[in-house]
Amino acid sequence: MRHRLATALTPYALIFPGGLWIAIFFVIPIVAMLSLSTMSGNLLTGFSQTFDFGNYANVLSLYHTQFIRSVIYGVIATVAVVVISYPMAYWISLYGGARKPTYLFLLLLPFFVTFVLRTLSWEFLLSDQGLLLGPLHNLGLVPQDFHIMATSFAVISGLTYYSVPFMVLPIYVALERINREVLEAASDLYANKVQTFLKVVLPLSLPGVFAGVLLTFVPVTSDYVSAQILGGTGQVMIGNVIETLYITNSEYPQASALSFILMAALLLGIFGYAKALGTEDVLEVSAA
Amino acid sequence: MTTLAPPRETAPSTTQPARRRKPRRKGRLLHVYTWLILLWMFLPIVVMAAFGFNNTHSRYNFTWQGFTLHWWQNLFAIPNLTGSLVNSFTIAIIVTLFSVILGTPMGMALGRYRFRGHGTTDFVLFANIAAPEIGLGAALLSLYIAMGLPRGYWTIVIAHIMFCIPFVAITVRARMSGFDLSLEEAARDLGAGPLTTFRLVTLPMIIPGVIAGALLSFALSIDDFIITEFTAGQTLTFPLWIWGASRLGIPPQADVMGTIIFVVGALLALISGLLLRKRD
Repeated sequence: MRHRLATALTPYALIFPGGLWIAIFFVIPIVAMLSLSTMSGNLLTGFSQTFDFGNYANVLSLYHTQFIRSVIYGVIATVAVVVISYPMAYWISLYGGARKPTYLFLLLLPFFVTFVLRTLSWEFLLSDQGLLLGPLHNLGLVPQDFHIMATSFAVISGLTYYSVPFMVLPIYVALERINREVLEAASDLYANKVQTFLKVVLPLSLPGVFAGVLLTFVPVTSDYVSAQILGGTGQVMIGNVIETLYITNSEYPQASALSFILMAALLLGIFGYAKALGTEDVLEVSAA
Repeated sequence: MTTLAPPRETAPSTTQPARRRKPRRKGRLLHVYTWLILLWMFLPIVVMAAFGFNNTHSRYNFTWQGFTLHWWQNLFAIPNLTGSLVNSFTIAIIVTLFSVILGTPMGMALGRYRFRGHGTTDFVLFANIAAPEIGLGAALLSLYIAMGLPRGYWTIVIAHIMFCIPFVAITVRARMSGFDLSLEEAARDLGAGPLTTFRLVTLPMIIPGVIAGALLSFALSIDDFIITEFTAGQTLTFPLWIWGASRLGIPPQADVMGTIIFVVGALLALISGLLLRKRD
């Protein structure tokens, strides 16, 4: 009897320490953020709880442009990342041979340099007198008023650059799971290469694409590093607004209302997305 | 060249026919493509490494002005920068340790027990991983503000442990799912106590997952910028220092340190990768 009780309690004992940490520093903070978002006041007079939901209407009317821009950038970057990453994952999985681990290793290496530093490197490369555009300008190959910095292209390419490995890996994992005999069967049934790809390989690898989208869309949409370094005043994203309000201006009620909306929108979107596609599959591939 | 050798884990017979069917040209084109993408991935890192050798005279380290080892020799000439790097490393080490201690049991519980609350735990971990970093940082900052807690070194550590635990739990859990429970029973039947069973049977099975989770935690922590910025106060980590300095132009020492972190990280990953491969 005592033994059975101990066994029943074991999983809870195992989960408790980590779970407590997550509860105190992940779940409760969300409640704190929600509470802060309905307060009024400022840094000098202090903040008091007034259940002022007007903050939400306020920030939405002030910053909907940046919101919409972030979603558009997020969608464009995510699609670009899928298109760029799929062929690479495909090649590594089907043609990588014994060197597969090496390719994956190379793909992950850039993560050892912080994103801020890598984005600054892109600034060196893309600025008007930088390593790429400087020579082109000097040789007269591109017009003097041609810029890359401070354009949507610069910001989106920065986001795309960052996300490619997060997409290649899950697609690769999904492709690896395809039983090679299935491909053989397709060719035995007289499917040509295009048909085999479209009817067999692609559908079977979709869980990988879905997992990759999951890992890419949220960070890309809520990012502010790329827009800050590579963008100009016309590329401000919602992350930049939240960062400025929280850290520079200490406008906590507005800032927390805005970040709560962002977090809620993205999480609801993700859960809807995962539910529609079957959470198990997506989770499993993202974990692997 | 484009070898079509079958991957290690699949039986040779299943991949053999692929050799005939796949034309070499298509493979070759995508081979070149793969290397072009890798080149793109490494381009900013090469630029960073090169600018650490740039004989620049102003803070604007933008154009190539000749080769020098000056910045490597005066690597620690900027006290703030050195301090921030030390912070980054010590935080990453503490965070790795605690995330492994707290996350491993969670992964074990999720991987092998069925219990009420399993789904909720899964859901919370998934939400933590899926949530935007800025949301996690903002929420934690809101809590710190509400508690009147001054931000600094330890608030960063708390935040990093919070977002690393789920990653450790997931990698350990993935390792657990292929775990044969009868092995533990066998150990018990042979008279091993719970601790001995854990040490001699369970731990060796899950250790690759634990190592992978630890590496992931270390990399996530040392690389993190967004959550760190929200929870740091006046304390600086390496990415925060770079961010602050970027408005004025970053000194070459920062490029040198970036290069050193990159090389050390690459070597660590390589060694642990080789070790894990040997075990399997």
